[in-house]
Amino acid sequence: MKYAVQRLLQAVPVFFVTTFLIYAMVFALPGDPIVALAGDKPLPDEVLHTLRERYHLNDPLIVQYGIYMLNAVQGDLGETFTGQPVSELLQGRWAVTAQLAVTAWIFELVVGIGLGVIAGLRRGGIADTAVLAGTTFVIAVPVFVVGYTAQIMLGLNLALFPTAGVDEGWPVSYLLPGMVLGSFGLAYVARLTRTSLIENMRADYVRTARAKGLRRRRVIGRHALRNSLIPVVTFLGVDFGNLMAGAVVTEGIFNLPGIGQQVFQSIQLQEGPVVVGIVTVLVMIFILVNLLVDLLYGVLDPRIRRG
Amino acid sequence: MTRTRGSALLLATMLAVSACGGSPAPGAGGQQGAKEFSVGLTEPDHLTPGNTSSSYSITVLQALFDLPVFIDAKGQPQMRAAESVTSEDQKVWTIKLKPGQKFHNGEPVTAESFADAWNAAAYGPNAWTNNYYFENIEGYDKLNPETPEGSEEAPKPTTDKLSGLKVVDATTLEVTLTAPFSQFPITLAYTGFAPMPKAAFADLKAYDAKPIGNGPFALDGEWVHNQKIRVKKFDGYAGPRPAKSAAVNFKIYESRDTAYVDLRAGKVDLIQTIPPASTSEAKRLLGDRFVPTPSGTMDYLGFPVYDKRFQSADLRKAVSMAIDRQAIVDAVFNGAFKPMGSLVAPLVPGYRENACGEPCVFDKAKAKALFDKAGGFSGTMNLYFSNADPSYEQWMTAVANQLKDNLGIADIQFRKIPAADYLSTLRAHKQDGPYRNNWVMDYPSPQNYLQPMWGTGNRMGWESKEFNDLLDQANSAASMEASIPLYQKAEDLALSEMPMAPLWNWQDQAGYSDKISDVRIDAYSPNLDTITVK
Repeated sequence: MKYAVQRLLQAVPVFFVTTFLIYAMVFALPGDPIVALAGDKPLPDEVLHTLRERYHLNDPLIVQYGIYMLNAVQGDLGETFTGQPVSELLQGRWAVTAQLAVTAWIFELVVGIGLGVIAGLRRGGIADTAVLAGTTFVIAVPVFVVGYTAQIMLGLNLALFPTAGVDEGWPVSYLLPGMVLGSFGLAYVARLTRTSLIENMRADYVRTARAKGLRRRRVIGRHALRNSLIPVVTFLGVDFGNLMAGAVVTEGIFNLPGIGQQVFQSIQLQEGPVVVGIVTVLVMIFILVNLLVDLLYGVLDPRIRRG
Repeated sequence: MTRTRGSALLLATMLAVSACGGSPAPGAGGQQGAKEFSVGLTEPDHLTPGNTSSSYSITVLQALFDLPVFIDAKGQPQMRAAESVTSEDQKVWTIKLKPGQKFHNGEPVTAESFADAWNAAAYGPNAWTNNYYFENIEGYDKLNPETPEGSEEAPKPTTDKLSGLKVVDATTLEVTLTAPFSQFPITLAYTGFAPMPKAAFADLKAYDAKPIGNGPFALDGEWVHNQKIRVKKFDGYAGPRPAKSAAVNFKIYESRDTAYVDLRAGKVDLIQTIPPASTSEAKRLLGDRFVPTPSGTMDYLGFPVYDKRFQSADLRKAVSMAIDRQAIVDAVFNGAFKPMGSLVAPLVPGYRENACGEPCVFDKAKAKALFDKAGGFSGTMNLYFSNADPSYEQWMTAVANQLKDNLGIADIQFRKIPAADYLSTLRAHKQDGPYRNNWVMDYPSPQNYLQPMWGTGNRMGWESKEFNDLLDQANSAASMEASIPLYQKAEDLALSEMPMAPLWNWQDQAGYSDKISDVRIDAYSPNLDTITVK
């Protein structure tokens, strides 16, 4: 428990440093976001002035950041350049991205570990070779290629999944994008599980367990696999960051109105407050997920808990 | 024990996630309703007519609002909410409204509804995008006081009403302009001139998300940002274009490619922009349901006339002649765009095919001869464009190669500028080489091209008193017909000095499903009211 609180307290400086860095980066982008709003049309000076003042764009960076943080701790995340409250904007989008990430995660976890176990137990066999070849392919191909191909093949031509959008809700609308997003992580999970399992199957304690006359199922499930999952769990924690990066592309292809799309749009529009708001929450989630991963070690291997 | 805890955690996460996601609303797919169809859209910025110039917003607003005037497929202004728009001197205009029109909330549409909306748009502190459309109405400067030199803050206006707007009676609005302007009626077809009901002004912010209009369709439910906007037939509509379908679902897409895939999958019924890369496939798959529509948008190559290396009109013409427009259009735009020898788009009344003549026709030998006669070009030629679209870089590269091959300019560099910075760069005259210049038409009049792009304070730094005089004469001509020859003379003048060379005219490519018919998309409107559902 003390450990968990400690880890959470570490998040406070991380929170301020990250948000300030992000704010500074968006601030440093070239160009005038207000002028860009109007596209190829001119904006009258009066309108420019009013909008710049409304969004404190004339103030120095540190003042803008101060105003933003002061409002943020009071629960006001400000509004976008088109006047939509940021909190309202993000509300609906978190749900979409969370559903996408969870779908991808479950896919990685279940299919990835499953493939890894099959490959690991039949090392050198056809299944193993197929898993190795398949995962190499998935790792090598960029996510947008996998995405568009899956959309055309499985969504449009075979009509197994919806092509785009969230009309059908979770899980139907999220299956295909979730699989695309999870495919990269899946490949790693499968390989990690395989390697780790192969090593552990040769370990002394597995031989001991076998010698005791335990059934094969129990030896693999209870002893070998459990130990083999430690690196996999570590990977799944770190992979959360990858999922978010991949979500920008996947949400774009499958037209899911999630956080990834929003980050992309907001950076283009130089909407500092939106970007900072999203990234802050992302950082918090990332810290929490990794905390969970650390706690899970204890479950998988009690020695870690005691140490 | 441990195993249960693990799965309980996973289960809890799944439950939490599916709970906050919510279930899809019935009819969200747009296919369930019997007499409704769906239209692919990009997320609009605003839905207050005075505060948006984006084409996505306008697509929705054209369904929600009846403007005083509309433009027919031939580019001619026709009356819609107005009965007539007349003037004796082109300066004081009388707008007579058709009686009996209603807003979606039941309020009557009166002269005041227009005056209120226009005043709000023209009022500087509201900071609405269409503010500058009202600058030729008397009293505009009082609503937009100039910022004093050296001050960051603009003074607060002393009034929020345009003195040039006079409500004579419930159906008569008198507009006084600062100068005679023969094109005024045609400008009233622009979305910025829509009326707004009294109810809007109680909470302008709420109105922006839930506009109340006077058109054939009324908003149905909330604008679900980045997902959908639904409009349904307005039963109280008494205007000239009642809706043929029961409802339209606008489905919002992030990418055109995805929208196109959804059209093929039958998930969306109409999209207005098929990606150029899919042109040939779309033609094959859709047949008659593939609709190319000419657009009012033009690309130009501007020259920095204030830079002494570009002061010779012959040099500028030589550059124009050295560009093979057709070859670039074929290579970059799949042949969909139209090479231009005129400053205005083909759909604009008064357009003349190849008004430019020789200087806009590709001719390598003549270009080189003229280039040498003008003294050639020394040093680095910088080409400017923004990073807003990858095709800009493609055609600029083609232009650079042609200038290298045809004129022998050895040193050409690209200056690719962030989109957010591009217009301020042009405005501040920071470009020292030819640059991409683009114009999206607001209303089909030569004036809409010539005045903002070649008139006073233009981006090229080109100044011609004769040109400005011709525009003034045309603007105060007795009628729109009488103004056209004068605009043409101004166009000829601008072409003969070539401060900016026309390149090509854009074309949109729409496509629709076999579920709908009577699709009459033109350059001015998708005319959603005409569409029937099979």
